[in-house]
Amino acid sequence: MKTFLLAVTTFTLVSGASFADPHEDRVALMKSFGQQLGQLAPMAKGEKPFDAAATAAALTELQARTEKFDAAVLFPEGSTGGDKNRALPVIWTAWDDFTARADKLKADVAEVAATPPADQAALGAALGKIGSNCGGCHEVYRAPEG
Amino acid sequence: MNLLGKLAVAAAIVAAAGGLVFWFATAPEPLSEQSLAALPQGDAARGERIFWAGGCTSCHARPGSQGDAVLELSGGLELRTPFGTFVAPNISQHPDDGIGSWTAGDLANAMLRGVSPRGSHYYPAFPYGSYARMDPADVADLYAFMKTLPVVEGRAAANALKFPFSIRRGIGVWKFVHLSPDPVLEIPDASEQVARGQYLVEGPGHCGECHTPRDVSGGLKKDEWLAGAVAAEGEGVVPNITPGGLDWSAGEIAYFLESGFTPDFDSVGGSMVAVQKNMARLPTEDREAVAAYLKAGPARENGYPARQ
Repeated sequence: MKTFLLAVTTFTLVSGASFADPHEDRVALMKSFGQQLGQLAPMAKGEKPFDAAATAAALTELQARTEKFDAAVLFPEGSTGGDKNRALPVIWTAWDDFTARADKLKADVAEVAATPPADQAALGAALGKIGSNCGGCHEVYRAPEG
Repeated sequence: MNLLGKLAVAAAIVAAAGGLVFWFATAPEPLSEQSLAALPQGDAARGERIFWAGGCTSCHARPGSQGDAVLELSGGLELRTPFGTFVAPNISQHPDDGIGSWTAGDLANAMLRGVSPRGSHYYPAFPYGSYARMDPADVADLYAFMKTLPVVEGRAAANALKFPFSIRRGIGVWKFVHLSPDPVLEIPDASEQVARGQYLVEGPGHCGECHTPRDVSGGLKKDEWLAGAVAAEGEGVVPNITPGGLDWSAGEIAYFLESGFTPDFDSVGGSMVAVQKNMARLPTEDREAVAAYLKAGPARENGYPARQ
């Protein structure tokens, strides 16, 4: 019996590690977008001097990360509920719109990364373009906190 | 007449008197002739700034519209609250379906007094409780700007409210208790910037309408001003934006209103998205003023129950 329990526990631990929770995965991926935006925003705000090379590099990395956004893998049907999981069930009833928005995010980031902004004002506009994707999706598909 | 009969007559007199008092106390009170006559000629360019500050599009734009399509004020958004479902009406320039036939005085009565051109009460889901703090000259400017907006045909559905909230006259009682043009916070030695922020937040911006908890009658609890609240539509909470709940710097608050990004680069969500897009259209100094006011107010405990 002890051996069986140990086996079950081990299996649970291993499977838990190899098939990580999609909620955790998507939160981690979206936070990784935030890290790159965090490189760019201080330059857009004028808190740091505009640096064209750093801007291009951060946008290239942001593009690589947004390309990893695979809606089908990160948002398998019904992957909501539970502590801090704020995905709204309407995601799966409006799936085509949801995936179209994900594609739009990728397209907008790719477009900005292909011709990186050349000054502070252009960077601000580029962040506005990218950021409207974040807010647009969270407006409809993410529940408020609490 | 026996005692019972006398009592019945007395009761009837008291009830009738009570009814009369109720009738007069709850009568809609439009602005005076003098106030209406004193409304200046509005300026559309200045009015555009008031339009974005006032957040008209958040409820009155066609639900789901993007970009400049938000200027088509067809209404139709449903607010499902404990009092029933409110539906935002068409406030486009359509003469019959919208407000195209209104005078500047009609708009001022609606926004400052919650009274319709036909002299009846509006429900305070239309946030005149906040707009009542606006400068009438700003309403005149807003009127001039709204005259430049498109005509959109079609009426939105009617409200579907529960009894007794379905009795419009009862709003007179609500107004008697809750409606006041006075500022909410007293901020001693407020800078010009903080005063501007106070005007924007407490007046046109109507931030308190969602960020302040309400009592059973639907009035805002002013002693918990901006302390956050359970969302009127049920699920979730609207955050505490006093220094007791929001530890962002003034610069971070202003940047959030401009870009929709939080300091750790999460993004704005839910019904705040439409609000943030409106705030993004304001001049930088207005967003900075809002931030300065929020930092200047008292820190409060969360105005909603602790999470389980």
